Amino acid sequence: MTTGVAGEAAVAASGVMPPRTVRRRALPGPLQALRPVGLGIAAVLLLALLWEAVKALVPDDGWSIGDLRVLPRTTDLAMPHVTEMLARLGDPLTAQPGADPLWLAVLRAGGTSLRIAAVSWLIGVVVGLLLALLMTRFRIARSAVLPLVVLSQTVPLIALAPLVKGWGAKIEVLTWEPWMSVAVIASYLAFFPVAVGTLRGLTSPDALHRDLFAGYAASWSQELVHLRLPASVPHLLPALRLAATSAVLGVVVAEVSTGMPGGIGRMILEFANFASSDPAKPWAPIFGAVLLGLVASGAVALLGTGLRRYRRAEVTA
Amino acid sequence: MTAAAVQVTDVGRVFAGERTVTALEHVDLTVGAGEFVSLIGPSGCGKSTLLRLIADLDQPTSGAISVFGRPAEQARLAHDYGIAFQQAGLLPWRTVRANIELPLSLHGVGRGARRERADEMLALVGLTDFAEHFPDQLSGGMQQRVAIARALAERPSLLLMDEPFGALDEMTRERLQSELVRICAETQAAVVFVTHSIPEAVFLSDRVVVMSARPGRIAGIVDVGLGRAGERGDDLREDGAYFAAVTAVREALHGGASAVPARGVETR
Repeated sequence: MTTGVAGEAAVAASGVMPPRTVRRRALPGPLQALRPVGLGIAAVLLLALLWEAVKALVPDDGWSIGDLRVLPRTTDLAMPHVTEMLARLGDPLTAQPGADPLWLAVLRAGGTSLRIAAVSWLIGVVVGLLLALLMTRFRIARSAVLPLVVLSQTVPLIALAPLVKGWGAKIEVLTWEPWMSVAVIASYLAFFPVAVGTLRGLTSPDALHRDLFAGYAASWSQELVHLRLPASVPHLLPALRLAATSAVLGVVVAEVSTGMPGGIGRMILEFANFASSDPAKPWAPIFGAVLLGLVASGAVALLGTGLRRYRRAEVTA
Repeated sequence: MTAAAVQVTDVGRVFAGERTVTALEHVDLTVGAGEFVSLIGPSGCGKSTLLRLIADLDQPTSGAISVFGRPAEQARLAHDYGIAFQQAGLLPWRTVRANIELPLSLHGVGRGARRERADEMLALVGLTDFAEHFPDQLSGGMQQRVAIARALAERPSLLLMDEPFGALDEMTRERLQSELVRICAETQAAVVFVTHSIPEAVFLSDRVVVMSARPGRIAGIVDVGLGRAGERGDDLREDGAYFAAVTAVREALHGGASAVPARGVETR
């Protein structure tokens, strides 16, 4: 039987089952890494082309069936040219002398919102993980808490804004700043995917692995660290990413509903007033918000690259 | 060390539910230290249930089980046995080496000792060159060898195996059987081995326990007596005594379950 073992090793070495290629495929070359970026740019270009095509083909007054307008007006007021919107980014914010260019103002507001979103992401992740742990550990907690977690997402964020603001004002331990209200409201949106995703991940190990750990007389914390947490990574990463985009979305909405100045949400609201006088301007903070979402989910995706080995699937015989 | 490896005394296991199922009834079995015992029988005869009871992954509704003279639960908590299942059950995010080290690290064995033991185990199952590979880079047979190495890592005096070669092709299976015979000779561990292949049971075992279904009970025990594990080679598979034992087990199976045809038993 030793020849059998040697034979299998020889087969593996001769390249029928080359062990290295799998790892090389897992860590793609620079060209491979640029592929998604290229596809992303292509998608943006396609969208711009589509925009211009609609503008060129659909009449100014839109396109109506009877009284029902099914395609929007395509005047320069309603749909500015792509080039115009881009050019507007380079122009000064206002007509005042010494005003910053628009792109800088948008980036600055975006930075403010991103910082708040990062805080609310952190809060959401911590709360979500703790809830998932609780629900994994105690069956009773799962049946009690999970419906509440799901129910919590039916409360509109706008309804929360005055509540959170009011509670914050009553806290005397620290001076409650407006951005804290925004962070708390946004984290309310961010914790949900983490709680649900982590719960699924932590309960994903199959009976075989749980039997194995029971056979080792492993404690619950050992089972958590060596089995449940690693097994939850493939579920956790998309949840964290979803939480990041939720946090950005939550911050934008919460800025509007609490009236906090300085962020991208407020900027969207303010610039909407220029729709008739400076039609390209309201689009700038919208681009900013999209960029924010991309940066946030990209940052979380980077986290995932370090956890690649936990995304291997077991190939059973 | 006069205590038997496993002592099963009048054990029954009833699964309560809408329809109460008696999985095991009046089972008595003794497995001596260093003895290789196979459990064989049709599907649903409770052979896997019996193994789970010995491993304390499930508790009997009546009777008692002791492992090396103490209750099964204490034996589990004292890490008295190693266990392997039909699926290798390796952790996909751990390398082969780290998988073998898993029970050791759970039980607080130091890094150096762990490494040393893993090297020994890798050599034992012939996978030294694959130590840093991940399970998904291995064939099914290699994964199962890692699982056996993991089960042996803590030098258990008792090895529990639930159809460990059941999912493998015939050639790999025979090779791993020969390896298991050699490993058992080296480690002197007692083995309780669940299978539904008669040739496999006969080739590996000192004794074959034949079980019948509904309710699961022991129908007969065949003393194979083909010599100690260390003396068995592949030529044994063509030996007259081997065929005699295969016939004896087959007759025990069919005689013991004359009312019910013995389904699910491979006679290949």
